[in-house]
Amino acid sequence: MGLDIRLPIGLMFSLIGVLLIVTGLVNGADARSLNLNINLIWGVVLLVFGALMLLGAVRGRKTPPPA
Amino acid sequence: MQPIHLAWVDYTVLLAYVAFVIGIGWTLARYMKTSSDFLTSARSIPTWVTGLAFISANLGALELVGMAASGAKYGIATAHFYWVGAIPAMVFLAVFMMPFYYGSKARSVPEYLKMRFDERVRALNAVAFAVMTIFASGISMNALAKLLNQLLGWNYNFALWICSGVVLIYVLKGGLTSAIYTEVLQFFMIVLGFAPVVYLGLKDVGGWHAMNHSLQGVATDPSALYLKGAGITYAADAWTSAWKPVLAGPANNPMGVDWFAIIFGLGFVLSFGYWCTNFLVVQRAMAAKNMTAARNTPLVAAVPKMLFPFLVIVPGMIAVALTSIPDKNYRIPPPIISQEVYAKAVDAVKSASPAESAAGVKAVGDALGKPVSAEKIASLIAANAANKLSDEQIEKGVYNSIAENDYDGVILSLVKKYCPPGLLGLALTALLASFMSGMAGNVTAFNTVFTYDLYQAYFAPGKSDRHYFLTGKFITVVGILLSIAAAYFASRYNNCMDIIQLVFGFVNAPLFATFLLGMFWKRTTGTGAFLGLFGGMGSSALFHALTIAHGNAPGIKGGYVHVLGEFPSEMAQNFWLAAFAFTVCFTLTLVISIATRRAKTDDELKGLVYSLTPKIKSDNVPFFLQPGVVGVMLLIACVILNIIFW
Repeated sequence: MGLDIRLPIGLMFSLIGVLLIVTGLVNGADARSLNLNINLIWGVVLLVFGALMLLGAVRGRKTPPPA
Repeated sequence: MQPIHLAWVDYTVLLAYVAFVIGIGWTLARYMKTSSDFLTSARSIPTWVTGLAFISANLGALELVGMAASGAKYGIATAHFYWVGAIPAMVFLAVFMMPFYYGSKARSVPEYLKMRFDERVRALNAVAFAVMTIFASGISMNALAKLLNQLLGWNYNFALWICSGVVLIYVLKGGLTSAIYTEVLQFFMIVLGFAPVVYLGLKDVGGWHAMNHSLQGVATDPSALYLKGAGITYAADAWTSAWKPVLAGPANNPMGVDWFAIIFGLGFVLSFGYWCTNFLVVQRAMAAKNMTAARNTPLVAAVPKMLFPFLVIVPGMIAVALTSIPDKNYRIPPPIISQEVYAKAVDAVKSASPAESAAGVKAVGDALGKPVSAEKIASLIAANAANKLSDEQIEKGVYNSIAENDYDGVILSLVKKYCPPGLLGLALTALLASFMSGMAGNVTAFNTVFTYDLYQAYFAPGKSDRHYFLTGKFITVVGILLSIAAAYFASRYNNCMDIIQLVFGFVNAPLFATFLLGMFWKRTTGTGAFLGLFGGMGSSALFHALTIAHGNAPGIKGGYVHVLGEFPSEMAQNFWLAAFAFTVCFTLTLVISIATRRAKTDDELKGLVYSLTPKIKSDNVPFFLQPGVVGVMLLIACVILNIIFW
């Protein structure tokens, strides 16, 4: 099907990742869980995951996989 | 439980998800040209996508909630539903059954039954499946709307219609492909949304070993946490070992089951019946782009499935461990009680006098309508008399003294405990996403079966493809509306829903016997299959009418005709029922097939029966990637997991 699912997955998780990072930086002091700034940490994880998915989508576009 | 207040960031995450799923539907809409594009994705999707959708269609929200609940009630032995009750069946589907499903070019499981047997078997299966998917979808949507109502204070009707509306938009636009794509999205949402909760929970209890240590204390006195009735005790490893308590017999494990029921009832009959014949999951593999991709779909799915217990069962174990540590200030949530009732109970505490604490305890219990711990209420009354407590403190005390658990609330209470705004939005969106994709999965399976197996087969054969394409779209709308009706039905008549689910249990229990004989014994006849299925269903209803689980009164839970046998638990009763129905269906089909004439020649059964189908040669696939080899490796990994948690 014409749409590479990695593209929306990558975009969405990058977006949510950035959102969490911003939340973590702004509210970091008072929204901690077990003394961890979990929003910041997990935001970075989501951003990395999203970026990897986007990378896959971009590379997939250059070299269409054999059907 | 106070409603959760979501911050703007939580709503942004939620809206982002909704925007993306609708966007996916919109983008796919221009590729939807034929009925096959819409209903079967034109068999064009890569393996990893169908694989994740396969597992995601099964990991509905109710499963997520229910597995955490079972993790709390039964501990690590719940993993049997994965390591015994899923992986072997998934490997079997991939290696032995997919070649027939995919190779026969059937568009649905009922259609395969028509090719292999006859119209009767197909009609029976198609009707049962269509009705079942609608009710399943309704039950899950009702749960979702209730959850949003209790948790976020949304209006029930608003929640039900808005969520159904979103599903309608993206399924109507992108058909099965849309459903599959959003299932993949949901898979990552669930994994990435709940992983931090598990991590934080484990960190809070002090790590894996500390958790097990706490659980060992719980196992020797489960009634202290209201996990079991007073006086029931187990060996220390009852919550932390998967096999030892089961091998020790039904009285020695909290599930109340024996090893034979687990291996034959769950691991063979129920599990193979679900994974190998349920069109909802099989449809995902059938949408794959070629035979190899179709066979690899369940194998790809088996890898995350094997690891899911750590994501969905461990939270329940964490909750029990936390409850057993007093200074963690946590308990497995009690049944949901409204604020007004709590206010009444608080008043009852305030007006009680410590001298007559028994009367006070009774007053509080009556106000709540739930069993309470007399000891805890008495000390709360005394504490309040000694130095005035605030209403909030008293309410907290009342909450802690309710002597009953609502296990379905476990996962959300952990999310609430550990997730600050932001992460909270992610976890809640993941839950919401799995409810919605569950509905989408049911609706896409329903519209295919309805359009091809009922409408095209019996009402309007021989029309143009355009006609079936539009019918498929129309049926999608009907399916959603019927689901909404089923949700309202479930919210009004909870008991009727129990009966309906019970009946589906009867219908499903013998199904695998029919497939097994049909696929591997060419002598099986349509009449044998049809009557065998009926006999199997009847026998499971009869079995249920004559047996009962320990502690249940005869009635809807069984034994309403006469009690011939008693099982130690409902789960054991279920597993044995399945084993019995399977055996009856198998025997009947076998005997009747021998007694009746074959209607189909060897030639007609080519590609439908094992012995008449040429073996698939996949020379261009390296040895270690052949489905058979991968399947064996997965089974070995599964055995290793069982041994580690023995």
